[in-house]
Amino acid sequence: MTTAPPDRSAERSPTTAAASGGLSTETALRLHDLMLRSRVLEERLITMYKQGDGYFWIGGPGEEAFNVPLGLLVDKGQGLDHDYLHLHYRSSGTLLAMGADPIDSLRQMKNTASDPYSKGRNFAGHYSVRKWNVAPVSSPIEVQYSIAIGTAQAQTKKGTKGITIVQGGDAGTAEGDFATCLVWSSRKGRELPILIIVTNNKFGISTPYEGQHGESRIADRGKAFGMQTATIDGNDPETSFHALKKAIDYVRTERKPYLLEAMVSRLHGHSSASGANFVKDEVDCLTRFEQRLEEKKVLSRAQMDEMRAKYTQEFLTASQKVREEPQPKAETIWDHVFADKNYVGGEN
Amino acid sequence: MATMVQAIRMALHVGESKLGVTDIFGEDVGPPLGGVFTATQGLETTWNTPLDERGIVGMAIGLALAGRKPVAEIQFCDYAFNTVDLLKIAGNTYWSSGGDWNVPLVMMTPVGAGIRGSIYHSHSFDAQATRIPGWKIVMPSNPRDAYGLLLSAIKDPNPVMFLKPKALLRAKGKPGEEIPGEPGDDKTLSKMIDAPLGDRTKWRPEWPKLEELYIPIGKARIARPGTQVTVLTYGRNVPMCVAAAEELAADNIDAEIVDLRSLHPYDWDAIKQSVMKTNRVLCVNEDTEITNFGEHLIRRIVEELFYELHAPPKLLAGAHLPGIGLADALEHASVPQKDGIKRAIAELAKHEP
Ligand SMILES: Cc1ncc(C[n+]2csc(CCOP(=O)(O)OP(=O)(O)O)c2C)c(N)n1
Repeated sequence: MTTAPPDRSAERSPTTAAASGGLSTETALRLHDLMLRSRVLEERLITMYKQGDGYFWIGGPGEEAFNVPLGLLVDKGQGLDHDYLHLHYRSSGTLLAMGADPIDSLRQMKNTASDPYSKGRNFAGHYSVRKWNVAPVSSPIEVQYSIAIGTAQAQTKKGTKGITIVQGGDAGTAEGDFATCLVWSSRKGRELPILIIVTNNKFGISTPYEGQHGESRIADRGKAFGMQTATIDGNDPETSFHALKKAIDYVRTERKPYLLEAMVSRLHGHSSASGANFVKDEVDCLTRFEQRLEEKKVLSRAQMDEMRAKYTQEFLTASQKVREEPQPKAETIWDHVFADKNYVGGEN
Repeated sequence: MATMVQAIRMALHVGESKLGVTDIFGEDVGPPLGGVFTATQGLETTWNTPLDERGIVGMAIGLALAGRKPVAEIQFCDYAFNTVDLLKIAGNTYWSSGGDWNVPLVMMTPVGAGIRGSIYHSHSFDAQATRIPGWKIVMPSNPRDAYGLLLSAIKDPNPVMFLKPKALLRAKGKPGEEIPGEPGDDKTLSKMIDAPLGDRTKWRPEWPKLEELYIPIGKARIARPGTQVTVLTYGRNVPMCVAAAEELAADNIDAEIVDLRSLHPYDWDAIKQSVMKTNRVLCVNEDTEITNFGEHLIRRIVEELFYELHAPPKLLAGAHLPGIGLADALEHASVPQKDGIKRAIAELAKHEP
């Protein structure tokens, strides 16, 4: 990681100055814009839920500082030459950073027929984008860690530069699937190119970290398997950006697993089941980043307020549009039970 | 004539050499063993996994999503129960992603009793399997069907479960059950494709010039035509039911044995046709009797063909016990046997409304 240059941002033009630490102003602005957009998107989703425009909310407010850099750093595309993503239900920041249209998240919340991720079948935040190798998010905790080894194995066999990235929470690491991922990805001579991410918000639903872990750091579990590991402050976009870049570069070139634990916040509780109200006693990565940007005079408070107001209005308008979109028809329950072609195998 | 396990091996060979199978894997599936039942000896794309069934199913799903064509084995279906939520994901991914990702994989696993397998090598999986929508489920009763169903399973763009009736794996095909291209002589075939005992490091199989044969998924087969009672069965119980019917023929009882071959989708047309002819139905399988696949068939028959029936449909299945005991008497008393099947058919044949 590069060290922070002296703070002379005020003397420089905002497009070239180092906004904070090792990030160029351009990157910092990009990160901020996406973090803010993801936050406002999640707030809109929560409002939709509270107003009865959706049955359930779960999402990622509090993880933007980590998830946005992740989305910017993946090699996005379809097939073995690109990265595969096996995410969980808090990944809106990653998807937005990859270029997903936020209105599609609203469609999934409202379970409209136009929901591109699940056609009105699945909860909010359950993304699926085959053209970007984003494997379907499914509700059972931790299963993605058992599935990720398969896409990584396929990349190994083809000898591509693509890697597999898998992400989930801290409590879920108690499931056998996490051990599966560690065991299968680290076999000597058969290592798999997987970036194993744990976003640690220190809770299951209500059970605190201490109630379910004996290990002091989840990342330490990787050490027994000879893995590179790190535990980082996932509330800091700069730290996250550099740590992710380092880990991704390592996995891409070494073709070996890397276990990255990011400490993050859970700003609206677990899900709508626990009320989805803002929690005041956790670090808010966006507030913290905005303070820094303001101090370094990269953006003024007024500019950021204006951006927030603009996105709030944009997503409000989008939600009004989505409200008018048709719901799936009852008879569509029978669609897509069986495939008639091998789409993942290249047939169309 | 090939045995069922040889037929499976030959189908996998055709799969990896002609149909794009990329990975055949599971516990002890690769060299040197080639599977605990020898089903994967001598193949090119086999490899051994860690002893982790969830990992095996997850690996298969991941490989499939990445465009490969995996055939995964769970060594005994008794050890597939901890994979059920992953099996559900394999079955629901195409649907839940609204048609975005199909999951083309084959999972094969030995099922059922009949080899004195005691409590944990005798389970059936058909009731479980048919409870997981999004899967196609097949179960052969002879080598030719095993070969043809496995090729169809490999070609299918969906998850297909290939249930191997353990007790029949070493059974040879009967006339008419040849695999196209297999040498007629057992010894010749064995020399060509069975691994020698001892050191196998230098051994390579010599595959016969096999032809592709596709038994369509969803099509039953009349294993024995008859007129008085329809027996709906599959897997290990098919030859047992045919033998029972042959013995009953001496008493002028004429049973029709329908080998379903596919449990999902199943061949309702064939079932209906047979029931409309005989007006009497017996379902036979080894899984425990409560919430049994045969119960589903009976429910549908009662609902849709009630006025065709001349006798209450009957289910002969495994006893609802926590396990199958090892001693002969215990195993026999736990799953259907030929004599019990004979009695059930005879009772149905004599039953008058
Ligand atoms: C296998 C499974 N068990 C239980 C649940 C119910 N559940 C949903 S989220 C959750 C807690 C997950 O905590 P963690 O892994 O730390 O992730 P977080 O939601 O905190 O990001 C539980 C128990 C589930 N979805 N799947």
